[in-house]
Amino acid sequence: MSEIRVLVGTRKGAFVLTSDAKRKDWKVDGPHFAGWEIYHMKGSSVDPDRIYASQTSAWFGQIIQRSSDGGKTWETPGSSPDDLKGPDGMPKGESNMFVYDGIPGTHMWYDGTQHPWEFKRVWHLEPALDNADHVYAGVEDAALFESKDGGTSWNELSGLRQHDTGPKWQPGAGGMCLHSILIDPKNPKRIFIAISAAGAFRTDDAGKSWKPINHGLHSQYIPDPHAEVGHCVHRIAMHPSKPNTLFMQKHWDVMRSDDGGDSWREVSGNLPSDFGFPIDVHAHEPETIYVVPIKSDSEHYPPDGKLRVYRSRSGGNEWEELTKGLPQQDCYVNVLRDAMSVDSLDPCGIYFGTTGGQVYASADNGDSWNPIVRDLPAVLSVEVQTLK
Amino acid sequence: MIRVILPHHLRTLAKVGDEVHVDLNGSATVKDVLDALENKYPMLRGTIREHNTLKRRPLVRFFACGEDISHESPDAPLPDPITKGEEPFFIMGAIAGG
Repeated sequence: MSEIRVLVGTRKGAFVLTSDAKRKDWKVDGPHFAGWEIYHMKGSSVDPDRIYASQTSAWFGQIIQRSSDGGKTWETPGSSPDDLKGPDGMPKGESNMFVYDGIPGTHMWYDGTQHPWEFKRVWHLEPALDNADHVYAGVEDAALFESKDGGTSWNELSGLRQHDTGPKWQPGAGGMCLHSILIDPKNPKRIFIAISAAGAFRTDDAGKSWKPINHGLHSQYIPDPHAEVGHCVHRIAMHPSKPNTLFMQKHWDVMRSDDGGDSWREVSGNLPSDFGFPIDVHAHEPETIYVVPIKSDSEHYPPDGKLRVYRSRSGGNEWEELTKGLPQQDCYVNVLRDAMSVDSLDPCGIYFGTTGGQVYASADNGDSWNPIVRDLPAVLSVEVQTLK
Repeated sequence: MIRVILPHHLRTLAKVGDEVHVDLNGSATVKDVLDALENKYPMLRGTIREHNTLKRRPLVRFFACGEDISHESPDAPLPDPITKGEEPFFIMGAIAGG
């Protein structure tokens, strides 16, 4: 019998929600790390009980937490009493040490001047597909780090930040964050990332060199709407069976690429608003995608006070609203970019969390929804594990 | 022995109670206390002061004997009541932001 585990990061702690395959009765465990912001948690596909969490605070900085038992207990890698007994003697306590490679240099600030790169937090953790100890971290100010020792130490893949266009990258309203990391399951040396507000980038050599992949994006709010970089990409998504097809929720516009990001075309179609944050793909239907339209960049809530997920079964352009079980009046929550995920059961389960603290689940491809929990702190991220 | 009071968030991180102790005899400085604290609780490294520069994080404050000593040199001797364990050394998060 399969089990579903939903990993929820919030403004004030982490929660682990579990259910059997019926997805009706849920157990809520938490808060873990009470009082801390949990930007993201994600489990390894190699060892689902290995989970990484980004714990952060404006006061006390970045912490990396690791669980080896499915989220029941946690440790800061390299700081446990067992490490004291290791051949290296004292633990290093460097699991939260994110130091840019070389002289960090500068990027563009909000006012157009140059500003030094400054590490602030980890937005997204992406475990590698072949080794539970190998994990990538997307950080603010935008850079990609990796750990090959289970999060005990981190090194920057600095070819990205040192790309020629780096001085032109600038922060979006939420900071200059690297928020999306997609690993090509057929070629792990190919990785796609996205930065707000720089755009999408691709490496084909495991992170040594990077190419901006923003051709076809149009952002009328920047000086050159078709610029090579500077686009506020909110999220990119991929189905593992079609890694050359990418979907993007941009600041405005929903986009798709069928050539690994080399070119993009708009597929916003009949959406009531093409502004939004998350985008995700059905587990078994590579052309079925989901977004949550938000009214505008200055009004971060659903149009008309109605919380609606939109589904396209044609890879974009034709969208249907999904409302059953979702509030259809007086709803003014937001759904943040890392707060939507899918399970791999049949029918596919879709999950998302809101800034109002609700986590909604659909066990029927999005046709109907129920809240798993209603009153958590603001939800920053949702990841789902399907356990066999 | 020096008594140290950690802010709530760092207590949960280090999995300790209200007060922790570090073994320092005789005179000691803020730097000595933080070095000893981080050796005993390595997960605190980078949370009170920056990893490489060892500069105090901007929203962290130090108090000794009722005085805010955050801006004093980390190499300045701590008052006797702190080094004798009569009063605790406070590490606090600034009241900002909620």
